[in-house]
Amino acid sequence: MTTASGARVDARGWGWRHAGRLRPAVSELDLVVEPGERVLLLGASGAGKSTLLAGLAGVLGGDEEGDARGELLVDGRAPAEQRGRVGLVLQDPDSQVVLARVGDDVAFGCENIGVPRDEIWRRVDDALEAVGLDLPRSWPTAQLSGGQKQRLALAGALAMRPGLVLLDEPTANLDPEGVVEVRDAVSRVVERTGSTLVVVEHRVSVWLPVVDRVVVLAAGGGVLADGAPEEVLDRQRGRLTEAGVWVPGVVPEPPVRRRASSRGPLLEAADLAVGHRGPRGRAVASGVDLVVGDARTLAVTGPNGAGKSTLALTLAGLLAPVAGELRATPELAGGAGTVPVRWRSRELLTRVGTVFQDPEHQFLTSTVRRELAVGPEALGEPAAQVDERVDELLARLRLDHLAGANPFTLSGGEKRRLSVATVLASRPRLLVLDEPTFGQDARTWRELVALLAALVDAGRSVVAVTHDAEFVAALADDVVALDEPVATEAAR
Amino acid sequence: MSLLEAVETTRAVGRVNPVAKLLAALLVSVVLLLSIDWVSAGVALGLELLLLPWAGLSARQLLRRTAPLWVAAPMSVVVTTLYGRDDGAVLLQLWWISVTEGSVSLALAIGLRILAVGIPGIVLLATTDPTDLADGLAQVLRLPARFVLGGLAGLRLAGLFADDWRQLALARRARGVADARGPVAAARRFAGQAFALLVLSVRRGSKLATAMEAKGFGSDAERTWARPSTVGPRDVVLVAIGVLIAASAVTAAVLAGTWEFVLA
Repeated sequence: MTTASGARVDARGWGWRHAGRLRPAVSELDLVVEPGERVLLLGASGAGKSTLLAGLAGVLGGDEEGDARGELLVDGRAPAEQRGRVGLVLQDPDSQVVLARVGDDVAFGCENIGVPRDEIWRRVDDALEAVGLDLPRSWPTAQLSGGQKQRLALAGALAMRPGLVLLDEPTANLDPEGVVEVRDAVSRVVERTGSTLVVVEHRVSVWLPVVDRVVVLAAGGGVLADGAPEEVLDRQRGRLTEAGVWVPGVVPEPPVRRRASSRGPLLEAADLAVGHRGPRGRAVASGVDLVVGDARTLAVTGPNGAGKSTLALTLAGLLAPVAGELRATPELAGGAGTVPVRWRSRELLTRVGTVFQDPEHQFLTSTVRRELAVGPEALGEPAAQVDERVDELLARLRLDHLAGANPFTLSGGEKRRLSVATVLASRPRLLVLDEPTFGQDARTWRELVALLAALVDAGRSVVAVTHDAEFVAALADDVVALDEPVATEAAR
Repeated sequence: MSLLEAVETTRAVGRVNPVAKLLAALLVSVVLLLSIDWVSAGVALGLELLLLPWAGLSARQLLRRTAPLWVAAPMSVVVTTLYGRDDGAVLLQLWWISVTEGSVSLALAIGLRILAVGIPGIVLLATTDPTDLADGLAQVLRLPARFVLGGLAGLRLAGLFADDWRQLALARRARGVADARGPVAAARRFAGQAFALLVLSVRRGSKLATAMEAKGFGSDAERTWARPSTVGPRDVVLVAIGVLIAASAVTAAVLAGTWEFVLA
């Protein structure tokens, strides 16, 4: 593949403050990245890693969006003046696909920068091959997996023949196979093109084989550490671990357990089939037998598309089983009947609490404090008691400084903590969590595991859908592994 | 969302430029809306039905896609017959309901019109891929690429609405706020959920906008087009068919003396 040479990055006293914020996201940054270097960019959440990437990609916007200081240059010029010289891949696979067909989507960037038509299609085929997407150009983008969508985004950036490739947590939302797919594609691409690479990721071990330099941004501005990967990781081990970076070789300590005695099962499923109802509904998993024990943690594992989330929603009393039986024991049901999906919404609150995979789906109010009060208020608890409960949760989940903030403006880790806290607010007997550690940094991970362990020790039960082997090892008492997806009907 | 997806067809109509389809459908519609009489609508509908075998849709697809019309047309016929403006001889009188020659012919004119305007629009757009339509709008009609492609990207995001809506509904039940019954509570819940959907889609939209900007969308560079959208003899033929249908409808109505120009 022919390509432009690697680009050079110069930051001189660069800083950026988002409009309406008091503190700058990045300040006093001096950094030089030589052409062809492959940099892993680390730093605590809030250190401005994503802001720096957005600045390098020229998508921070103009004066209305914020104030810039100093200089940030790619090949000696402002990034926004040279579209195509810089390629950017973001975290969320769903919000980067522009067009409906694979080939068209890859061609989109080339069209925008005015590449002639014949040349575009040559580049599209090249880029698809480079990222290992062996699909026809007309393949619908809607049918791609998360890992494939990220490789598509990479191909789209690549087709513009950038000298600088920027990746902002490109694998945070992917399952383990997807992570390796994308990492290997990136590795192949930089090898072939010689472009400069800057990648932001919490999971260091995934990217160590690809990068030759690690830069750690300081939370207060500037650079904390910079150098060869092993050297930086070794010297900054303590600080990086504290900042939530997954430093290789640092094994999260398992929480100390004081197990409560179990009082028999809460939920029993026999030959259960789950799926969404409706005109196009069908079972996504079937023949499931399981028992959710009292004061125990059940992990549900399995490949993408195996129906894990649907099973979780069914166990949580939100979806009706497609076939088979799901029975709540009197221990869980209290006086509410044995079929969870028939419970009233309010009856669910004290019995089963559900933490959704995307926290944004479950937020109902405009402040963190009010969000936590929703459950207790629906239960009709007196105001003083609600306040007390909310204060306790705010402190326990380190959200007290954010009590007045809008839930949607929180960081990924904060959103996850809030979504767990809202469920804890109504003290459910059983917690159902869908991928609770997805995309979380090491610190949030440790906190979540410790919190769930303490809850189980105190006699609650947990069902967690997860891809995370470390999470299973740390917490699970029982594991249900779902099989490969049921063969789907051929795409119409 | 299957009803919004384009039907793939090997028929000639599948290779016609979407802009020509849009133009042909618009021509027939606009002309038919200029008069409300049953002759013009009937003639147009008759000619359209003759052309259906070449529309590139199977009978089943045709029925599924046009189903709303087959409900709407008879309903408006019934309603207009019973309550339409009375004129001419009274055919039936039941308490305050009167069916007259005038209301019957008006009902017929409206019912036929719904079919004659709806069928070409639905049938022609059913075989049109939105991406191809956007290409045509930007390259043939020279509409600004920024709006056309922005709209196209937005359309793709709209496809995610159904999933989001379902998740939001489940989440509300899980949070203990889905119990209240009655129309007021239902309306309030719907409004809250719709607002949440709006917030989600705005957030996703702004992320998509960033991704598009990073790929050079909206820059000052001269844009090229990977997929050429051209106009050829096939397209001229389709527009000519549209003109023919419109002209036949008007001519027949004028000759029959039923043409009534609504703007006159």
